Amino acid sequence: MNLIEANHIEKSFGELQVLRDISMHVAEGEVVAIIGPSGSGKSTFLRCLTQLETADRGEITICGKQMMHTEDNHAVFADPKTLHEITLCAGLVFQNFNLFPHRSVLQNVTDAPIRVLGVSKSEAQQTARTLLEKMNLSDRADYYPCQLSGGQQQRVAIARALALNPRVLFFDEPTSALDPELTGEILRVIRQLADEHMTMVVVTHEMAFARDVADRVIFMDGGVIVEQGRPEEIFGDAQNERTRAFLSSFAQN
Amino acid sequence: MEFIENITGMDATAFTAMIPNMLVGCWQVIQIFLLTVLFAVPLGFLVALGRTSRFKILSGIIRIYQLIVRGTPLMLQLMFCMYAPSFLFGLTPHRFAACIIAFVINYAAYFGEIFRSGIQSIPQGQYEAGKVLGYTKTQVFFHIILPQVVKRVIPPTGSEFMVLVKDTALAQIIAQPQLFDIAIKTAAKNVSITPYIAAGVFYLIMSAVVEFAFKKLESKLDYYR
Ligand SMILES: Nc1ncnc2c1ncn2[C@@H]1O[C@H](COP(=O)(O)OP(=O)(O)OP(=O)(O)O)[C@@H](O)[C@H]1O
Ligand SMILES: [Mg+2]
Repeated sequence: MNLIEANHIEKSFGELQVLRDISMHVAEGEVVAIIGPSGSGKSTFLRCLTQLETADRGEITICGKQMMHTEDNHAVFADPKTLHEITLCAGLVFQNFNLFPHRSVLQNVTDAPIRVLGVSKSEAQQTARTLLEKMNLSDRADYYPCQLSGGQQQRVAIARALALNPRVLFFDEPTSALDPELTGEILRVIRQLADEHMTMVVVTHEMAFARDVADRVIFMDGGVIVEQGRPEEIFGDAQNERTRAFLSSFAQN
Repeated sequence: MEFIENITGMDATAFTAMIPNMLVGCWQVIQIFLLTVLFAVPLGFLVALGRTSRFKILSGIIRIYQLIVRGTPLMLQLMFCMYAPSFLFGLTPHRFAACIIAFVINYAAYFGEIFRSGIQSIPQGQYEAGKVLGYTKTQVFFHIILPQVVKRVIPPTGSEFMVLVKDTALAQIIAQPQLFDIAIKTAAKNVSITPYIAAGVFYLIMSAVVEFAFKKLESKLDYYR
């Protein structure tokens, strides 16, 4: 079953068309890496899928619930209740974490389950502690975000997203704000989630990671999906000239 | 006794009589201060919400209000609140009420500006994180944004509170009794500058209390950045 079905997504900011007819389907348990040059529309695409932006046209279905479709060339969105259900079904991990600075690590992870899902405090804390242990952060539960390294903050952000028990997790360059020596710990966590068959879409500039962890790699450029395929196809034997140029620019630096 | 007379230029009875009068003046200052804060802070919050509102007409009106209030002397606003009603409607307002109204109108504009910039200083990512986690807009504002705004606006609000302590002296222009009025009258009666110095000391003490309270509050919220 496909957890994400996006068809013919278009999005413009004023005159600038950022997404041109993007279609992507992600099956349950699949890990998809999206790569591509800066400004190619990767973040905008994720933001359309997570309701942070509204696509202009196209059709999006997540977790079997239709989020939007197009009628008479105009986007039509689902009712608020459906949109809320979709929000809960899909989590997003940001490049710069966006933790709540005024809340402790534990509160960052428990607050949404308590406030949004109505879970009891003790139950939320129990779940949170399990997740923090998984993220190797058990001893940091009572710290505040400003007292943590970037890598630790990002792991808290992942735990916070997982606390709502989503079926899909989106990552927008989860390691780009981190010092190089800290990216490994985040990539390990994502790899661990992949081993547990979490469905994930990861925008990344870490080519080695995309090659190792992803089931499928999507190369975006200029608002379109230029090429997609299994990692060995894309990295070993890209068909498209633009893909090859992009990958070779990476090989050089 | 002679010592006091020599350094103050006031006789001892006049000096000792001055102190309780000045304490009354301080109490009047405190009343103006507290009532202004009581009304102007919540009003300033609404002003900030209005300014950041999507409704252009509302935010435009509030912007003009802030421009007028911040662009004209508080002294003039006090005069206006005291004397305009009798010119316009032929009724004389209660002096103390007119004084409080002028201060509230004035300070709500300044607090509004402080709170607005506080709200706008919170990164967009905080709203987005809340939305992605399924919070409603109201939950995002009250549980995620507002606590962070409070921390950020405490220092500038503290300075504004200190300015207010001293601004109460402007109520002199509408003959509202308060510490400065007592200083002037006592000075004139005794032909001495000592009452001014004494009043200065009292203003300083009140400002220092405000300063101290805000420093305490600031350090209470120091546990995060
Ligand atoms: N809110 C916005 N308003 C106007 N233009 C925008 C907005 N958001 C993105 N853009 C533009 O859309 C284009 C695609 O941006 P996007 O952030 O999706 O690229 P990206 O592939 O994620 O790039 P990067 O690898 O640098 O993160 C860019 O040209 C950007 O300037
Ligand atoms: Mg991006």
